[in-house]
Amino acid sequence: MKDRLQSIREDALAQIQEADMLDRLNDVRVNFLGKKGELTAILKSMKEIPPEERPAFGQLVNETRTQIETALDESKKKLEKIALDASLKGERIDVTLPAKRSKIGHRHPNTIAREEVERIFVGMGYEVIEGPEIEYDLYNFEKLNIPANHPAKDEQDTFYINKDIVLRTQTSPVQARVMEQGKLPIRMISPGRVFRSDEVDATHSPSFHQIEGLVVDKNVTFADLKGTLEVFAKELFGEETKTKFRPHHFPFTEPSAEMDVSCFKCGGKGCRFCKGSGWIEILGCGMVHPHVFEMCGIDPDVYTGFAFGVGLERIALLKYEIDDMRLLYENDERFLNQF
Amino acid sequence: MNTTLSWVKAYVPDLDVTAQEYTDAMTLTGTKVEGYVAADRDLDKIVIGQIEQIEKHPDADKLIVCQVNIGEKTIQIVTGAPNVHVGDKVPAVLDGGRVAGNHDGKMTEGGIEIKKGKLRGIESNGMMCSIEELGSTRDLYPEAPEYGIYIFPEDAEVGADAVAALGLNDVTFEYEITSNRVDCFSVIGIAREAAATFGKEFHPPVVNETPSRPAKGNAEADDKKQASDYVKVTVQDTDLCPRYTARVVKNIRIAPSPKWMQRRLAAAGIRPINNIVDITNYVMEEYGQPMHAYDYDTLAGHEIIVRRAAKDEKFTTLDGQERTMDENVVMICDGEKSVGIGGIMGGENSMITDDVKTMMFEAACFDGTNIRLSSKRIGLRTDASSIFEKGLDPNNAEEAINRACQLIEELDAGDVVPGIVDVYPTVKEPVRIPFEPEKINALLGTDISAEQMLAYFKKIDLGYDETANEVIAPTFRQDLFRTADLAEEVARFYGYDNIPMTLPSGEATTGRRSFEMRVRDVAQEVAEFCGFSQGMSYSFESPKVFDKLMLPEDSQLRQAIKISNPLGEDYSIMRTTPMNGMLTSLAFNYNHGNKDVRLYELGNVYIAKELPLTELPDERMQFTLGMYGEGDASTKDGEGNFFVMKGVVEEFLEKAGLNGRITYDPESNIPYLHPTRQANIIYNKKKLGFLGQVHPTVANDAYGIGERVFVAVLDMPEITPLAGFDRKYTGIARFPAATRDISMLVPKTVLAGQIETMILQREGKILESCRLFDVYEGKQIQKGFKSMAFSLTFRAKDRTLDEKDITSSMKKIWNGLESLGAEIRS
Repeated sequence: MKDRLQSIREDALAQIQEADMLDRLNDVRVNFLGKKGELTAILKSMKEIPPEERPAFGQLVNETRTQIETALDESKKKLEKIALDASLKGERIDVTLPAKRSKIGHRHPNTIAREEVERIFVGMGYEVIEGPEIEYDLYNFEKLNIPANHPAKDEQDTFYINKDIVLRTQTSPVQARVMEQGKLPIRMISPGRVFRSDEVDATHSPSFHQIEGLVVDKNVTFADLKGTLEVFAKELFGEETKTKFRPHHFPFTEPSAEMDVSCFKCGGKGCRFCKGSGWIEILGCGMVHPHVFEMCGIDPDVYTGFAFGVGLERIALLKYEIDDMRLLYENDERFLNQF
Repeated sequence: MNTTLSWVKAYVPDLDVTAQEYTDAMTLTGTKVEGYVAADRDLDKIVIGQIEQIEKHPDADKLIVCQVNIGEKTIQIVTGAPNVHVGDKVPAVLDGGRVAGNHDGKMTEGGIEIKKGKLRGIESNGMMCSIEELGSTRDLYPEAPEYGIYIFPEDAEVGADAVAALGLNDVTFEYEITSNRVDCFSVIGIAREAAATFGKEFHPPVVNETPSRPAKGNAEADDKKQASDYVKVTVQDTDLCPRYTARVVKNIRIAPSPKWMQRRLAAAGIRPINNIVDITNYVMEEYGQPMHAYDYDTLAGHEIIVRRAAKDEKFTTLDGQERTMDENVVMICDGEKSVGIGGIMGGENSMITDDVKTMMFEAACFDGTNIRLSSKRIGLRTDASSIFEKGLDPNNAEEAINRACQLIEELDAGDVVPGIVDVYPTVKEPVRIPFEPEKINALLGTDISAEQMLAYFKKIDLGYDETANEVIAPTFRQDLFRTADLAEEVARFYGYDNIPMTLPSGEATTGRRSFEMRVRDVAQEVAEFCGFSQGMSYSFESPKVFDKLMLPEDSQLRQAIKISNPLGEDYSIMRTTPMNGMLTSLAFNYNHGNKDVRLYELGNVYIAKELPLTELPDERMQFTLGMYGEGDASTKDGEGNFFVMKGVVEEFLEKAGLNGRITYDPESNIPYLHPTRQANIIYNKKKLGFLGQVHPTVANDAYGIGERVFVAVLDMPEITPLAGFDRKYTGIARFPAATRDISMLVPKTVLAGQIETMILQREGKILESCRLFDVYEGKQIQKGFKSMAFSLTFRAKDRTLDEKDITSSMKKIWNGLESLGAEIRS
């Protein structure tokens, strides 16, 4: 009996080894383990064995069965893998065929620039506040220290609705509106559309965008203004960017400055982009004029502050190397799709 | 404002800098140099030569052969110029030198190199040149011949640098002077800044108070007379003319001004005319004070009255034009008539001619604003008015007129009558500002000593009263009033670049963007994911837009705000609808051959509360979507894009947190949309916007877009209050759903939306979803009807539905649908 069991096992394992297809493997299973299989037959012949030997023999049969089953499973897995590999091989695709892309729209470069600026200042604790585009002369000029008949009104080529209402020429009126509310300290930026009566050409547009910034608190210094704008410039144009501050004049700041950044095209060596100077003029800024504080009900002996204004189109044109401002308002998809 | 380096150096003799060093340093102390041009940039190897011998060219009638002494030697030059003679001293370019252009005045970038060579076989070792070839003009060098070689005066030094002798070895700087620094619109003002910037001594001209000397020739009886004996001045309107000074010069001797003055004016781009005019211009440049000269003998009653013009007064200015005044224009009058427009232009009736014998000089100060407005109103802007309008320092007038008289004497252009007539009722006093160095340091974030600050002030002629501890700002500095102003003076000489960089140290604040902006962000994201790119169009447009959009005459949208001074009619009204901007952008794309274009815009329209405007209008942000192309082919009548558009609208509203049901009302009646393909977008009974196909007449005829155009407009101020980003988890359904299809015949006039509404009303709170899956109209269907099929999914949150629940719901739904005229088929 034992010998027969031995030979069944050897036969089975040999046949499993030989089976090179799943069908054949199944035949092996049926032949040995099936209802009419050889191993089943042996079990059926247990009664021929003396009862005291039966447990030991039973165990032997089971071991044999386990061995055969294990071998069957292993082989099955192997064969299945081979079959899958073969089938996957047949499904080969040309991965260099063109991608199927859903059409996704593009954001306007002005918006991208605005978002960059907003991201930088929101990160430094500034609130983004908007104001009206059609604005009272009072806020656009008077409260910014530009009284009636001030030549700056001419300089800015204002569009008037009537003598009291204008299309705002700058985002600075939002400064006055926020300061007037009297909630201190203030750290804000105000992006938005502004208007000046310039004829349309490659570098001018009667409608463009600015971002105004304002900080009001105790002990705010010109050094703080410089430090803040230095961070801004590095964030916007890259860590290696250098800044230069030059004296300037704005009616609503004193002292006032213009900030240049080192040319990000040539790194400051001088190129056509920066007209050989190595520097690019980027924004106007200064310490809030004490009279502006007074007009907004803030005590200039207690509070100081700084303000700055930057042209969004200027940043967009420089940063994205757009050579004609008109492109920004034609909305040609061939242009927009590049952003 | 322009100055030449040489003129600045005249007052800062120790200034020794290159043009670039000057540019950089001046810009950093606040006098921004925009650029500079060296007059001799294209001139090289040009010396003064003297013609020693002239012979005819053997082979050319029009050429001559000259032997020219250039100092150390004599060279042979062949020329075709007709105006040279033996003994003439001429500019001679040597072999390898350069000139700036041709004798016809045409300039060549980089200059023209001159080489020795042969002209018709005769050797020529250089070139003699005209003023044009030297890069200048006869306007600036009136002594130059009209055609031919420039001839130097007899005393010119042979062999010397010809460029230097002509004053062309100079650099002209162009400045951007800010409006607060009126004093820097003069060479003296610039020179003062230059001296302070480079730490050099400043030497302004020394002017005697009232220079005079005895008249030449026969002593006349009136030798003892003072200016006040010649002319009486009355200023009636001292508000518009705070100061009027006059001096008298007799025995005028009109002649060309000396070369040094001509050169200085030429370098500043001013054409020399004669000694009197040149002196006036010279002092205007030097002091920034415009002056005017009257022919004394034309002044009736020998008096001057400064008053406002009469309404509609006609006056002929010295350019021969008759102009109409108004009562805010300041007129300079004599005893009988007007003789000049104060601060703007003199009159033809009193102007200086070549026969003038005695003249009256005027140096006055006028109210800047009034000059600016007057010059605008009468349409005459002159060199003088553009300076006066900045608002001049009245204390400068006297110095300037005395300087002019000093020059009259130096140039021997006439005999100056002693004394000055000066009407100056309210003398402008210097401003005194408390000196608070600690406040200045606190504002700048610096630690500069008080002594250092005072040293900076001294450099720019600010005084200091030690007893009162006050800084005294001279009257020419009209921009200094308080500590902040002094802080800027300190900062610019300490150097903006030397101020440290710090970050504000105060209380921390929260950075944030508003809720409204967040809703806008969602609009952008959804639009972009749906393939729409962002456009931007102008806020102002043409009133013709309303006709293009076929808006009826009484349309509210025609109530647009008008700009009183627009760039032109095309930009004259503030938009009340975003439609024109969108259609114009789509048309631009269509005309440039772009296919399948999808654009969106987020921009304001401006709705007046009343017209004319008395308060600020309502600025309403509109989210506008527009598209043409792609999708048209998929549907029979190209209506597919309507539903694409509808999809974008719904995606956006859902993402913005408007989770309720959006309905569409086809009775929107928008004239520029297709009459049967448009709808208002309704949410909670509120109209959020509209969508539709653009009326073919508008799209094709008015905007030239040869495809079906679809648009949607959402009014953001309506949406923002309904939006929200608070989401709550409602669980995942645990009980099974049951689906029933319902198919029916309905009259064509019944809308899918109505059926949906009915189903939702009747369902009995177990309907999970309701989806239209088939619409059919055609042969098999009864006329006037359409077949529609919906798939309904029922589910309860708390139990498995049994058949009874569903049957009862379906029954109610059927009854409801039948009331709409539907015939249920299954």
